[in-house]
Amino acid sequence: MSKKQSMMNRPKASPRVLARVLKMLFGYYPVLAPVIVVCILISAVTAALPAVFMQKVIAAIEQAQLSGATWSEASGDIVPKVILLASFYIVSWIAIVLQTQLMAIITQGFLCKLRRTMFDKMQNLPIRYFDTHKHGDIMSRYTNDIDALRELISQAMPSLLNSIVILVSVLFVMLYFSLWMTLVLLVGVFAMVTVSKKIGGGSAKYFIRQQRAMGKTEGYVQEMMNGQKVVKVFCHEEAAMRDFEEINEALFEDSARAHAYANTLGPIIGNIGNILYVIMAVVGGVFLLSRIPNVGLSTLLHRGGGFAAFSISIIVPFLNMAKQFTGNVNQASQQINAVVMGMAGGARLFEMMDEAPEADEGYVTLVNAKIDDKGNITETTERTGLWAWRHPHQADGTVTYTRLCGDVRLTEVDFAYEEGKPVLRDVSVYAEPGQKVAFVGATGAGKTTITNLINRFYDIADGKIRYDGININKIKKSDLRRSLGIVLQDTNLFTGSVMDNIRYGRLDATDEECRAAAALVGADDFISRLPQGYDTELSGNGANLSQGQRQMIAIARAAVADPPVMIMDEATSSIDTRTEAIVQRGMDKLMEGRTVFVIAHRLSTVMNSDVIMVLDHGKIIERGNHDKLIAEKGVYYQLYTGAFELE
Amino acid sequence: MLKRLLRCVREFKKPTVLTLIFIVGESIIETLIPFITANLVNQIKAGAALTEVIKVGIVLAVMACLSLACGGIAGFCCARAAAGFGKNVRHDLYQKIGDFSFENIDKFSSSSLVTRMTTDVQNVQMSYMMLIRTAIRAPLMLIFSVIMSFVMGGMLAMTFVVIIPVLAFGLMMVGKKAMPAFRRVFRKYDRLNESIEENVRAMRVVKGFSREEYEKEKFGVAAEDIRGDFVKAERIVAWNRPIMQICLYFNMIFVLLVGSRMAIEGISGVDVGQLSAMLTYGMQVLMSLMMLSMIYVILTMSAESMKRIYEVLGEEPTLVNPENAIMTVKDGSIDFKGVSFKYSAKAKRYALSDIDLRVKSGMTVGVIGGTGSGKTTFVQLVPRLYDATEGSVLVGGVDVRKYDIKALRDAVAMVLQKNLLFSGTIKENLRWGNPNATDEELIEACRLAQAHDFVSSFPDGYDTYIEQGGTNVSGGQKQRLCIARALLKKPKILILDDSTSAVDTKTDALIREGFRSFIPETTKIIIAQRVASVEDADLILVMENGRICAVGKHEELLTSCDIYREIYEQQTRGGNENE
Repeated sequence: MSKKQSMMNRPKASPRVLARVLKMLFGYYPVLAPVIVVCILISAVTAALPAVFMQKVIAAIEQAQLSGATWSEASGDIVPKVILLASFYIVSWIAIVLQTQLMAIITQGFLCKLRRTMFDKMQNLPIRYFDTHKHGDIMSRYTNDIDALRELISQAMPSLLNSIVILVSVLFVMLYFSLWMTLVLLVGVFAMVTVSKKIGGGSAKYFIRQQRAMGKTEGYVQEMMNGQKVVKVFCHEEAAMRDFEEINEALFEDSARAHAYANTLGPIIGNIGNILYVIMAVVGGVFLLSRIPNVGLSTLLHRGGGFAAFSISIIVPFLNMAKQFTGNVNQASQQINAVVMGMAGGARLFEMMDEAPEADEGYVTLVNAKIDDKGNITETTERTGLWAWRHPHQADGTVTYTRLCGDVRLTEVDFAYEEGKPVLRDVSVYAEPGQKVAFVGATGAGKTTITNLINRFYDIADGKIRYDGININKIKKSDLRRSLGIVLQDTNLFTGSVMDNIRYGRLDATDEECRAAAALVGADDFISRLPQGYDTELSGNGANLSQGQRQMIAIARAAVADPPVMIMDEATSSIDTRTEAIVQRGMDKLMEGRTVFVIAHRLSTVMNSDVIMVLDHGKIIERGNHDKLIAEKGVYYQLYTGAFELE
Repeated sequence: MLKRLLRCVREFKKPTVLTLIFIVGESIIETLIPFITANLVNQIKAGAALTEVIKVGIVLAVMACLSLACGGIAGFCCARAAAGFGKNVRHDLYQKIGDFSFENIDKFSSSSLVTRMTTDVQNVQMSYMMLIRTAIRAPLMLIFSVIMSFVMGGMLAMTFVVIIPVLAFGLMMVGKKAMPAFRRVFRKYDRLNESIEENVRAMRVVKGFSREEYEKEKFGVAAEDIRGDFVKAERIVAWNRPIMQICLYFNMIFVLLVGSRMAIEGISGVDVGQLSAMLTYGMQVLMSLMMLSMIYVILTMSAESMKRIYEVLGEEPTLVNPENAIMTVKDGSIDFKGVSFKYSAKAKRYALSDIDLRVKSGMTVGVIGGTGSGKTTFVQLVPRLYDATEGSVLVGGVDVRKYDIKALRDAVAMVLQKNLLFSGTIKENLRWGNPNATDEELIEACRLAQAHDFVSSFPDGYDTYIEQGGTNVSGGQKQRLCIARALLKKPKILILDDSTSAVDTKTDALIREGFRSFIPETTKIIIAQRVASVEDADLILVMENGRICAVGKHEELLTSCDIYREIYEQQTRGGNENE
């Protein structure tokens, strides 16, 4: 899937995603999350209160001014009100402290749980998922999408909730004061919402375009940075610069537009608020002067449905509330982007979490075994070096044990990665215990595919694969894989010491066992010469080692696992022929007594195999040992004499 | 560092300055608005005629429109300025990398260069935008608001004498404590993400060894660890809002309490309208202080990105064109005079030592030796991809350091070991060798490189689109196209660095045969793993540990050089046994 496509296939942000995020959040924190909501409610409601108190205080001041009262006379009326306000504030402040502190805790806790859930889930996904998704795409779920969710949870949602609560409570307070003026304000707010929808839409459109332009730039830069040396050798710098300029210019245009929309939203909404303020003031003035009776909850409550005239003590606080109201509309509109992005990010996370995990119906397990006096195989808990398949039979409840030998048989196997595009057709391979079986053929002939089927990274479409006579579908996947050692062409090492990397093959191996494994495959020599020997830290997939050295560590890793069956997929391709000859002795020793599947480009690696299969377009076209195939003078012979090109 | 980055503003100085100007305008109007508003409130309160109220209202509306215009224009200019700044930084980075020598390139991994050109530039661009929007606005608003509140509220403005220091101190403390905590946790966070990437890449290994549970556990520990650090850092930052809120509350109580007393006692003419204005100004003061602390946060956050960009911009190219450079290369002769080389001045080990060699124009030279023996290093000195540490390399009888680099590299074509095709058609790829090559010339070069047949067999022939990294042609095909691309330069010296390893021996021989008959004038240096690829060369060099340990023809070396014989026998042994 190309980058562009995957961008377009992005799941849409939907409110359902939001609901699921909230459900998870409250599920993880059944106490803390509601506490935060309550705190937000308290602080939001108290934020709406000052208007009421101000109105009361102003009324008192006016009264005092009219009656010519002194401060000491009026203070009895004013001070208690202010003190009441102050105590509200104290409650509010505590709520805010609680809310912000708890928010920090649950946001990170939630993200941590989310990361772990995703990672755990990811470990159980089938290899197909990783083969069909770009690694960058998977990674961006852990980085970009989690960041977007973080923004949503810790910033956008509390702020939105806060704004909404304030809006609702201010609305009530406004209704308490005056119905008419509230209606005027709501008309104005409707205009604000319309404008912000329009601008927000434009901004979102260009942000998506910016994202695309960014992807294009990244792709181009990546290709050119990888090919820098070629660019230099061909003095192609100027031409490459010209192409880059074009892409860079496009990115600039989209980026400038996207931010221009986003930047102007604030001033526009804010100043609509200001103009609304003026209108409210004028309307208020008109009401005041024309002595239109005021209708409001206050009049309804106090006067039992009677009417009162507008007064300055209504208009002044009302204007402040209007300001607060539009301010909160503005604040809410600023969160739209974060909410949309958060929902899109959440949708992508859930998409991965909802992937079907690798199915495993296997019930045959691998156990340590020993042979008792009568020659029967019995199960034991200690490590005996002898393994057996424990095969429970559902029909009669009995358990039989089969000794692990490493006899692998593929019978008439068909397989396709994609429906309608068969990769293997009618492939039969018999590998007896201790045999070395080699696969030779062009890229895409299906060599690696066969090994993918044996360890069940993929499941066959038709045919049979039996391991020591047991259908591999009945074997528990982890046990099946434990009995197979694989060394792949693309060597992957982990961050950690050389010793840790070798021990990855068998976690309870001692240092001595790891050293012995390294020595066996001829890696001990170079590892000892590393600055810190076996304790040398590897990073970035072993960037400080040569490709050949990495491969040797990977072989040692497989050796320490001591599996009865090994799969070596181009395992020695990066070791040069001279070194390979040195390593060969160790490799031979390693392969001794094991069933080994070898895939190699270099014929010198496979020559001494017991049987060599030549694959072409998913079919085995020649089989036999080296001498037999040479004598046949077929494709293998042509390859061997160099008349034919591999790869 | 900042100076070098700011040089990238260039043609976007105009929108930057415009942004600043309009922001000043917006800030002034925004601080005046509460003043007018107070006036309006007082008019209403005083029971002024409606016409008076409307008059003031119109003034206010006009100001709001002006503020909107200023804010809108500033927002637009600022978006352009920042996006343009980002564009120029990317341009400069790209150009700088274009000037890099191989030595410079080796210093930066290509993925780190990609991050620098994308994520880091994006970060810096965002900071630039925030900066020009708020750097002037915040202090201006602060000063204006304080002045206005003194003008209007007189003694009431004393509240700010308390609030501003408290708030500034509080925010600064939070910033000072939070920043290092965040920097630490971000570094850990990067490592966590790297480990996820490692896991994704190595999924076949993880599953192959059934290590799913082990990986889960390992990740769980790392994730919990980082959670603890994140919570610590975030809890510090979480104090920002309570600090701000308490100042806001203090202001409210103070203004109501003191203000009402002043209003009643008629001190300094405080009235009801001014009380509400004071509250608005209080809000503005807090906002501007908040913005100032934001600037601090932004700058520290993007400091890392700036540093990484500057590392590239400040890197000095190690190879520079000489003055009065020689523009033509006379012939394809090569001389190595006492050449030793190491990749960095600090390295203890020399990659090449004491190389003395004379190659006449038109010769074919084979180079053979194990991995790490210095073959590639040796040939890279010819087109001056690196400079010799000691001694000198002469091409056409002239020291390579005296040539114009472009002229030299046009005369010396090199097919790299790690060769690459770029996304584009085959034609486009080939024209890298010569942009003006005619179709006939392309075909001729491909014939010589034994590529014409398979290219013609593609449905789209020479217009076949090559995917990024050349994944839709086989390794052998890719190598032959790369050779054709180099041939199009019509070079005086052609270097093939293990460039036919995936080509079958028959085709390999045909390619060499073509070289002999069609470009006899060109000096050819062929590095190979296979003895067969070099055995008919005029001169074969056997390299080991950075030294040429034997020079001669095939037959001579078979008798005189043990290493050569060993390699030869190993590669032919199988064949002999079965003949």
